[in-house]
Amino acid sequence: MKITLNGEARDLAGPTVQDALVQIGLGGAKVATALNGGFLPAPSRAATQLKDGDALEVVAPMQGG
Amino acid sequence: MPVFYGTDVESPLMLGTALYPSPAIMAEAFRASGAGIATVSLRREGGAGQDFHNLIKGLNVPVLPNTAGCHSVREAVTTAQMARELFDTPWIKLEVIRDDDTLCPDVIALVEAARILSDDGFQVFPYCTEDLSVCGRLLDAGCEVLMPWGAPIGSGRGLNNPYGLRSVRAHFPDVPLVVDAGIGLPSHAAQAMELGFDAVLLNTAVAKAGDPVAMARAMALAIQAGQLAHDANPIEARDMAAPSTPVFGMAVLG
Repeated sequence: MKITLNGEARDLAGPTVQDALVQIGLGGAKVATALNGGFLPAPSRAATQLKDGDALEVVAPMQGG
Repeated sequence: MPVFYGTDVESPLMLGTALYPSPAIMAEAFRASGAGIATVSLRREGGAGQDFHNLIKGLNVPVLPNTAGCHSVREAVTTAQMARELFDTPWIKLEVIRDDDTLCPDVIALVEAARILSDDGFQVFPYCTEDLSVCGRLLDAGCEVLMPWGAPIGSGRGLNNPYGLRSVRAHFPDVPLVVDAGIGLPSHAAQAMELGFDAVLLNTAVAKAGDPVAMARAMALAIQAGQLAHDANPIEARDMAAPSTPVFGMAVLG
């Protein structure tokens, strides 16, 4: 399905958010997710289906002030 | 030493983790300064996040994630929720910005976000202005720490409004206060502590110095000096001289 992943158009098989993370190589990574602007807790990823047009944000720890 | 939300922090220096020449220099700056808290952020995972997370864990100091760059309540709340999960902490340095030239906090959105997050169990460290009404509203919203700016982030101007900061200290004598942002020199950090603030949060002044490790140490020493001075009850400034050497007993020679 066609989603926007971190601002870029991507075509991923899914069907769940957890599947999508595995498909982009972040299945076991320390990341946090937001779906369509709202926080998606890690335990909910496997039960959350992606659909066309969804915007998924995947973030990680980074330098900050 | 400062106490934030019941947690004792080992140093009043809160140090950012951005803009250093290298991760090794950042880690050395933390060691040299003994900083008590490390601020961090969240960004889209591009491959560097996992190594950085390990580096941060190796610093062995409490982590304070921020919502830097957020311009709306929703963005800030979602970012805070992601940070809580990722860093496993209820602490959040809440930044909501309206103007990109000054990075001045959007205090209206800040209060709203602070209320939402406090109600959700977060322990909010709001990056705010020195406006007494805003500070009061943030406390009403559930904040137990206030972090008014010294000057715009990254400007290195020092304390633009010492009077305002002194007023915040006087009005909220029991609230832990942090000067957050605008520090350029150790003397600025010392001044914040002399005003009775509990801690100083800085990043650019250390990270962008020619020798970040030396500057980190200088900041730590200045903060310690400022705190000692405040606790020592400094004299009041006066307009006229007052001789320190006794006049009585001076020989008559002329």
